[in-house]
Amino acid sequence: MALKGGSMPLAAAARAPTDWKAQQMQQRIRQRYAAERRFRLLGLFAILLSCGFLAFLLVTMVGNGARGFTQTTISLPVDFRSAPVMVDPAMLKDGNADMILSSANLPAVTAQAARDALGPDGERLISSNSWLALRKAIKADPTLLTQQAVIEVPAATDIDGAAKGEGSPQAEAAYARLKEKGLVSTGFNSSFLTESDATDPTQVGIWGAFKGSLLTMLVTLALSFPIGVLAALYLEEYAPRNRLTDLIEVSINNLAAVPSIIFGLLGLAIFLNTLHLPRSAALVGGLTLALMTMPVIVIAGRNAIKAVPPSIRDAALGVGASPVQVVFHHVLPLALPGILTGTIIGMARALGETAPLLMIGMRAFIATPPGGITDPATVLPVQIYLWSDEVSKGFVEKTSAAIIVLLVFLLAMNGLAIYLRNKFEKRW
Amino acid sequence: MTGPAILLLVIGLGAIAWLSARAKAVRLRAGGATRLHSLPNLHGWYVALWTVLPALLFLAVWSNVSPGLVTQAVLDNPAATELPADAFARGAILSEARNIATGSQAVAFNPLAQKFAPLYQEAQSRYNSAGVFLALMLAFSGGAYAFTRIRPDFRARTRVERLVMMTLLLASLIAIVTTVGIVASLLFESARFFSMVSPLDFLFGTNWSPQSAAMGFGHEKAFGAVPLFWGTVFIGAIIAMAVAIPLGLMSAIYLTQYARPAVRAWIKPMLEMLAGVPTVVYGYFAALTIAPALRDFAVSIGISNASSESALAAGLVMGVMIIPFVSSMADDSIAAVPQSMRDGSLAMGATTSETIKRVLIPAALPGVVGGVLLAVSRAIGETMIVVMAAGLAAKMTLNPFASVTTVTTQIVQLLTGDQEFDSPKTLAAFALGLVLFIVTLLLNIVALRVVKKYREAYD
Repeated sequence: MALKGGSMPLAAAARAPTDWKAQQMQQRIRQRYAAERRFRLLGLFAILLSCGFLAFLLVTMVGNGARGFTQTTISLPVDFRSAPVMVDPAMLKDGNADMILSSANLPAVTAQAARDALGPDGERLISSNSWLALRKAIKADPTLLTQQAVIEVPAATDIDGAAKGEGSPQAEAAYARLKEKGLVSTGFNSSFLTESDATDPTQVGIWGAFKGSLLTMLVTLALSFPIGVLAALYLEEYAPRNRLTDLIEVSINNLAAVPSIIFGLLGLAIFLNTLHLPRSAALVGGLTLALMTMPVIVIAGRNAIKAVPPSIRDAALGVGASPVQVVFHHVLPLALPGILTGTIIGMARALGETAPLLMIGMRAFIATPPGGITDPATVLPVQIYLWSDEVSKGFVEKTSAAIIVLLVFLLAMNGLAIYLRNKFEKRW
Repeated sequence: MTGPAILLLVIGLGAIAWLSARAKAVRLRAGGATRLHSLPNLHGWYVALWTVLPALLFLAVWSNVSPGLVTQAVLDNPAATELPADAFARGAILSEARNIATGSQAVAFNPLAQKFAPLYQEAQSRYNSAGVFLALMLAFSGGAYAFTRIRPDFRARTRVERLVMMTLLLASLIAIVTTVGIVASLLFESARFFSMVSPLDFLFGTNWSPQSAAMGFGHEKAFGAVPLFWGTVFIGAIIAMAVAIPLGLMSAIYLTQYARPAVRAWIKPMLEMLAGVPTVVYGYFAALTIAPALRDFAVSIGISNASSESALAAGLVMGVMIIPFVSSMADDSIAAVPQSMRDGSLAMGATTSETIKRVLIPAALPGVVGGVLLAVSRAIGETMIVVMAAGLAAKMTLNPFASVTTVTTQIVQLLTGDQEFDSPKTLAAFALGLVLFIVTLLLNIVALRVVKKYREAYD
């Protein structure tokens, strides 16, 4: 103590107080503050860049996809009286109109009508599947066969592109000629929402893939929700501290981190090659995704159950409830909003999942919507992947349009989860 | 009787059992001198379970056993001597007959099958009604047995709850079963692959050309996976992390240290939206927008052989996808640094950025490193972005504008399209999956250990 006290005056004498007003110190402080500002701007820049990327992605998708919801149609006058359609309108009242009309060679009729109305290259201006529109019109009104009618048929892909502002010069010219005659119109493409996959981009729709997604999600939910909730209840409320419980916890935490494609390999090896379940079916897709979603629900469920205060359990036990009654009558209802939020988030992840479903063959060309969970099906994200692989330029806008539909659904699900959380979240 | 109808019948019986058992318990309570041990509802559940469960178990077993019994019955018929002795031909005829009998096929191609169809139908309906009868008998006897046990002192609750606990345990065991299923299927198929291709060639070989192996050239040297491993590391651990670490870390720092709460409440969900976008959308975006732009850029700076599918495009987009992940991990570990350390640094006159750089980041480093490891494990397991944007060329290059391929891309490539399940080409996908599984598992274990150890240090 004495020594330190003795050295004090010496040190004070050796060191002059800092002169904060000196040029050098002012300079240093300015530098440090400038560094502070730079760092802060860097952080802001990082955030803006990340959010900017999100905005860029959304704008690109909406910009490309908005055009996918519209469709250019050509009003095609068809004179069925002069066309060689040898079909009696009365016969079409029966159910097998498709079969009878297949003998009428409608593609040739359509092509002839296009050449008559639109000039020698008319056939190339309309979609190659335009005759389907004729068939639909005849089926709706068989008397058309005895008269002349104007039928709206989809335009060919490049005319459609020209109408939307990006076609080849020839297509632009052809479109301009059509427009002069007042034969083209561009409107909302309702068939995009009601049809299934097709080879021609003007004919495709997402209903088939959407229904496949719906069936797959139903299977996933029906399996992963009960199992996930029961497992979460067991682990959080009853599980004794032993080896088995540790093993279960480690498995669940690991499953939550396993890459999704590994679940696809599991589905391929077990469900398809060992159990011989139907390939490409929503059943197998749902099973595979259920295994993937279950750990998410278990982890969310455990957190929700943990948040229920012990006083609730103590009170219930105190008035004579058994442990099972405590959990099923009191803890589970209180934890349910949290569990539901976790479930919706898990389901949203499953809805956007592609890779495991490619493994189990859900990438087939499906032109009719699946009728049940064992029918071959595809799902929205896989449909997006398949269309993105197509060479034809018309698929670009359809792919983006399908992405918009998928994103709208994901946004709605996440919004619902946030709403549920805010509405039912209790602070104890 | 069809399956769903029987199921509904059994469940209906269960409902009746529940109601009558509950009514009996209520009567006991109303007229009896002693108190019931369990609530009437639980007596109801006890009897209903005894009615439904044995019958359902029996039906499950029966639906597996009865097709064999039906076939046996048809073969025991004297007419079966007309069947060919050859097992294959016989099986074909029998399965055709079965299809006609069940109505899934209208006309027979083989006249013998047409002849056997009625036999099949008869045997089937016989076994079907036998099954329904036995199931109903079981339901009745089970229900009756349980019904006679209802007494005031009968411990129905204990028994019902024991079953509930068993169900809960079974649900938890599914996680273990799934893990075992993954490991077993990967190991089994990989073992078959490694019986054809040496593991050393697979792990250390540098030539990956499964197509040529499939075409019949020797497959010893066609499955060297090193180019795949390099591509995976190059995209997932180098390029993606070069994007995600600075952006994620700086976002987390800005949000936790600088941003006002109102701004934070808006920006954080927006960052999390990046993680919610499906990977197939990122993949399409990378292939449609980013990759062509990067190729044009590469050509403009004089790289003539730039590919339209590049490691850089896939890596950049993957990095963006990982940003929210890194950001939330960094957020957590910075928040875990004790406030006293921050206050101490600020009190000494350090600016906020000096405090962050000299105090917070070093203290939070283990947590950040753990988060980055988890992010790497997420990135190398990511599939759709690389499938759509990275290409298929298995080569080892440092040029980010070149096309490289990854483990996940090759798994998809090998398993889509026509498959024969015994070729090394298909089995190689499982070997790649095994490597991927092991590496991600190790990364996760190490990361969690690092994070955990660090957390304990401040508690």
